[in-house]
This record gives sequence, C-alpha cells and structure tokens, in this order.
Amino acid sequence: MTIPTLTSKDAHFDYVLRLGDDALILAQRLGEWCGHAPALETDLSLANIALDLIGQATMFLGYAGELEGKGNDADKLAFHRDVNQFRNCLLVEQPNGDFGRTIARQYIFSTWQYLLYQQLARSTDPRLAEIAAKALKETTYHAELAAEWVVRLGDGTAESHERVKDGFEWCWRFVDELFSVQPLDPSIVTSGVAVDTATLRAAFDSALATTFAEATLPLPKFPRPVLGGRKGHHSEHLGHLLSDMQFLPRAYPDAVW
Amino acid sequence: MMRQAALNWRDRVLDVLSHVPDPEIPVVSVVELGIVRDVQENPPRVVITTTYSGCPATQVIQADIRKALDDAALSEVKIEVALSPPWTSDWITEDGRKKLLAYGIAPPPKGTGAASLKNAQAATCPRCGSIKTREISRFGSTPCKALWQCETCREPFDRFKCH
Ligand SMILES: [Zn+2]
Repeated sequence: MTIPTLTSKDAHFDYVLRLGDDALILAQRLGEWCGHAPALETDLSLANIALDLIGQATMFLGYAGELEGKGNDADKLAFHRDVNQFRNCLLVEQPNGDFGRTIARQYIFSTWQYLLYQQLARSTDPRLAEIAAKALKETTYHAELAAEWVVRLGDGTAESHERVKDGFEWCWRFVDELFSVQPLDPSIVTSGVAVDTATLRAAFDSALATTFAEATLPLPKFPRPVLGGRKGHHSEHLGHLLSDMQFLPRAYPDAVW
Repeated sequence: MMRQAALNWRDRVLDVLSHVPDPEIPVVSVVELGIVRDVQENPPRVVITTTYSGCPATQVIQADIRKALDDAALSEVKIEVALSPPWTSDWITEDGRKKLLAYGIAPPPKGTGAASLKNAQAATCPRCGSIKTREISRFGSTPCKALWQCETCREPFDRFKCH
C-alpha cells in the first residue's frame, strides 16, 4: 500500500480534492432538478446520477481527509470549507439553466469523467485505482444517458435543437480547464498517481464528434476559455451553491441522523 | 479438529448473515445479493461491499448486519467494507435470482456485468414470461433498478440493472 515516494503530499491531497469536489458540486447542482425535471424519467435519471456522484465524492473526500492528516472526514471537508478552498472545475458549479444546458454540461462532464476514470483505475495509488474502478461502472451509465439525450434533443424539434446547441455554446468555455490544468506537482503524474488529462482530449473530441453527427449539431464555436476552479478561483455561483448545501451542518453542528 | 471448528464458526456467521434481508428488496438476503464477500475468523470479520457508491441502503445494511451479529452473540466480529473488486450483478446467487423473479423483479442477465445496457437483450416479463418488453426508464425506484414494461401483458415492472 505504499504510495510512490516522488509524490508531494500536498499535491496528492489537492488532486484527490479535485476529484471529490467535481463529483460533490455537480451532485448538488443535479439535486436542484429533483421534482422539477421535464418528465418523471428525467427526474429519476438526474437524481440517480446525483446520488452516484455523492457516493463517489464521499469516497474521494474521505480519502482526501486521510491524506491531509488533520482528522477531517468527508462530511467535514464537504460542509466546513469556504469557497476558495474548493478545487472543482468551473463547469460543474454553473447554474443548471434549462434542460438543454444541463444535458450539455452532463455530456461534457460524464464523457470526460469516463475517460479519466478509465485511466485512474490503473493509478499507482491503489486507493484511487479501486475508487475509480468502482465509479467507472456508474459513470458509464451517466455518459450513455447524456449522449442519448444529446441526440434526442439535437435531432428532435427545432426548439430542442436550439436549446441544446445553446447549452453547449454556454458550457464550451469551461471545457479547456478539464484538460489543461495539471496537478500542482508534476511528479504525481510521472509517478502514475494522477492522470495527465491532456492525454484524454483526443478521445473526448472523437466521442463528441460522433455524438454531434448523430444529433445533427454543429460543433461548438470556441469562446475564450475560462480557468481558475482548480486554484480556488470560482465564479460567484459556487458561493451561493455552498450557502444552500452547507446551511444545515453549519447552523446545527451537532445534528445527527 | 481445528479445521472442523473453523468451518463451523464460519458457517454459523454465514447463516446469521443469510437472514439479513436487503432493506429495499427484502425477499433477498445480503448474502444472495453478493454484498457479503468474505467471512474471516482471524481476526473475526465480515467483509462486505457496496452495490452503488451512493446507495442509501449501504448504511442501513451495515447497521442491520451489526445488529444481527450482536443478537447472535457475535459482537467481536468486525464489519469491513472492501471496494475492490467492484460489486457486479453477476454475484447475485441463483437462489437470489429466483427470488427476485418471484417478487416481480426481472433479474439481471448474467455474464454481461461489465459495461453497458445499451445493447442489452430484452428482459423477460416476471408476470407473464413474455420477452416482448421495452425499457421505459434506465433509472428506476432505486439505483440498482430500471423501469421496464411488458408489451404482452402491458404491466410495468422493475428490472435489476446489469452492473
Ligand atoms: Zn408480461
């Protein structure tokens, strides 16, 4: 169970936080759809994806707390950090918008996460490898479901086509961050703990091209990319999300089930 | 003699566990669902796994197993959670599959537990046995089930997902 010695402890902790925070924040966003989705089927789908992501966040953040060594568990990390301590990508904190934008965001995220987990399942850190191997099975479902909806909306009515197209255009500025921001210490990539996400881009682009062709969607234009989430520089939206998500355990710190 | 004693202890623990129902599908036990992965005597422990990462039943299952062990004077037995290898629906036992079917839940096809449901064969209707069935919703009432409908008898039914 030894983790390669090249690994800087802080970079390792930071990396696992990224994985956990991506899942946690997107789960919270998807939870906002509960009871509001366009149809019962989609309500169930989005809530179940959120549930899977909360499970993944619990595993990653629990491990992050162990690496940090300050006695924080997953709950403590989720509910007792402030906005600039979160390491999620900007894509997941964006407001849901309409169903078209939510599906565009889910497609981008789940396709990326699927490719990421495939590689992470071979991490030299056995804890990350086993979490990724388990989560990969769930994320496979998410990516498939999102791809089916992209096709259904893109190749649907004129209205659904426009909406999902607009959704992708909105989300597209956050795509580069997923592939371009490397871990704090490059040694955790070279030692095989972390995945070099730049290597996932070709497979991502190819999956996207296939889905977009089937969905009769034009490839998104390229707005100026926005970065910052991995350094804790978030949009205004994350603070509002946290004030909602963290309210209960902060107001009632002794609350138990 | 020692070996006999060890087997008896293990069988006794397994017997206790085989009476712990899944909280969401109470006709099957945690052993039949493949959640119990191992029973070890030294140190005394039960190794369990989770089905889906976020399955809310996980904590209930742990509490139910704890209570069953305590009630059987097996308080010294610890519960360990192992993630690897990840749970697959292939681990549901034959008895478990029969019980699911009788309960109205189409069991998952076996041996295909890996990736995708996209090209999965049609489910067999647990009520009339027809294979003219279709998926209504990939996500159902719990993380482990999808919603299907039978074209022959028109009844909707749950299908345990291949995972
Ligand atoms: Zn039928």
